[in-house]
Amino acid sequence: MSKVTIKELNLFYGKFQALHNINLPILKNEITAFIGPSGCGKSTLIKSLNRMNDLVEGCTISGEVKMDDENIYAKECNINLLRKRVGMVFQQPNPFPMSIYDNIAYGPRTHGIKNKQIVDELVEKSLRKAAIWEEVKDDLKKNALSLSGGQQQRICIARALAVDPEVLLMDEPTSALDPISTAKIEELVIGLKKDYTLVIVTHNMQQASRISDKTAFFLNGKIIEYDETRKIFTNPKKQETEDYISGRFG
Amino acid sequence: MRRNFEEELTSLHHYFSEMGLLVDEAIGKSVKSFITHDRELAQKVIDQDYKINEAELLLEKKCFELIALQQPVTSDLRRIVTVMKACVDLERMGDHAVSIAKSTIRVKGKERIPQMEEKIDGLSIKVKMLVQLVLEAYLERDDQKARKIAESDDAINTLSKEIFEQSIKEMRKNTNLVIGGTDYLLVAKNLERIGDYVTNICEWIIYLETGKIAELNSKHIN
Repeated sequence: MSKVTIKELNLFYGKFQALHNINLPILKNEITAFIGPSGCGKSTLIKSLNRMNDLVEGCTISGEVKMDDENIYAKECNINLLRKRVGMVFQQPNPFPMSIYDNIAYGPRTHGIKNKQIVDELVEKSLRKAAIWEEVKDDLKKNALSLSGGQQQRICIARALAVDPEVLLMDEPTSALDPISTAKIEELVIGLKKDYTLVIVTHNMQQASRISDKTAFFLNGKIIEYDETRKIFTNPKKQETEDYISGRFG
Repeated sequence: MRRNFEEELTSLHHYFSEMGLLVDEAIGKSVKSFITHDRELAQKVIDQDYKINEAELLLEKKCFELIALQQPVTSDLRRIVTVMKACVDLERMGDHAVSIAKSTIRVKGKERIPQMEEKIDGLSIKVKMLVQLVLEAYLERDDQKARKIAESDDAINTLSKEIFEQSIKEMRKNTNLVIGGTDYLLVAKNLERIGDYVTNICEWIIYLETGKIAELNSKHIN
């Protein structure tokens, strides 16, 4: 079942067209990977899914992005609520310069949850879901910036999960991490799909093939091919896909 | 990095072709030794079999290395998998050539049936031609040709069955032929199995080109 449906989406930065007529389903409780060379539009598209491109000056969008049955580009769409429903994790871990506890509690508190017991429970639940509770439970007052890069990234995932999103967008979440931290995040991402719908942008082909269910290959702002990941990585239909994922260009 | 990988893939291809030539030669010599009652030639086939075994080990080692170091996908992965699987089939064909050579040594001096040997010669010519054709189809990566070659396996099976039935008939008539005749059965069976391995390689050529794992002539596979 489709959680997010992108229909005839065109996106311009000023006069430059960054996305051309994108049609794509993002299936519920699956991991969809976006792959393609730098500048192909995959990060632009992922940012269109929680309207982060609204913040870019000169950015205009046509077409629609439906989450369930609601067009997120409709005038009546509440952007704050949308960003609660669609969480995001970035390439560089970016915890707030505050304690681990406050990082996780930040979202729920801004959404009006003040009861300490409820916040405590949310913090623990989110840290557990992000597979970092055991590592930090004895020192939740510690500044999140003092943790390792891999731990910081899992704190950021926990922070995104704390507001109970439905979709989690990840823009190259492991490209700044060592292989062990990468493996932990990958395992965590696979575990998360039973409760969430995930979209991951990655330059790491093996990562896409290891963890995703569907893969979309982008080139020059267009989707060249979208299919089951096992098909994309064993027998893609398009020559451009084959050439890119086997390292012939890009 | 990609150029290096391409060179490695090309060398894999060459090693496979060389192994194919060794197997082709072994089959040709083993059958010739059986038909011409040439024990020396048969012994050569047995003595040289280690070369085929070593070629298989070398190919497998190279394939494992390429998978571990290059993490191939799509058609690159299929090229490596095809070599890995087909070299096992080639090695088994070599083993059947050795079995035919052993029959030559065993049967030498025993009473024989010239018309059966003519039939075996005919069968061997057909099998050898299929082996050469399948190696060509692999080199040309021609899946259509592979399908046609696999279809020819029917004729091999029919001929092999004929040899089987006639040998038994002859042995019933003259019990002195039992020892020699048993080896006709064995040689025909070995040739038929070589035909089955040709079909296996045809299946891998189809996989190489289309990504589909096909099961050709499944009714003949024991």
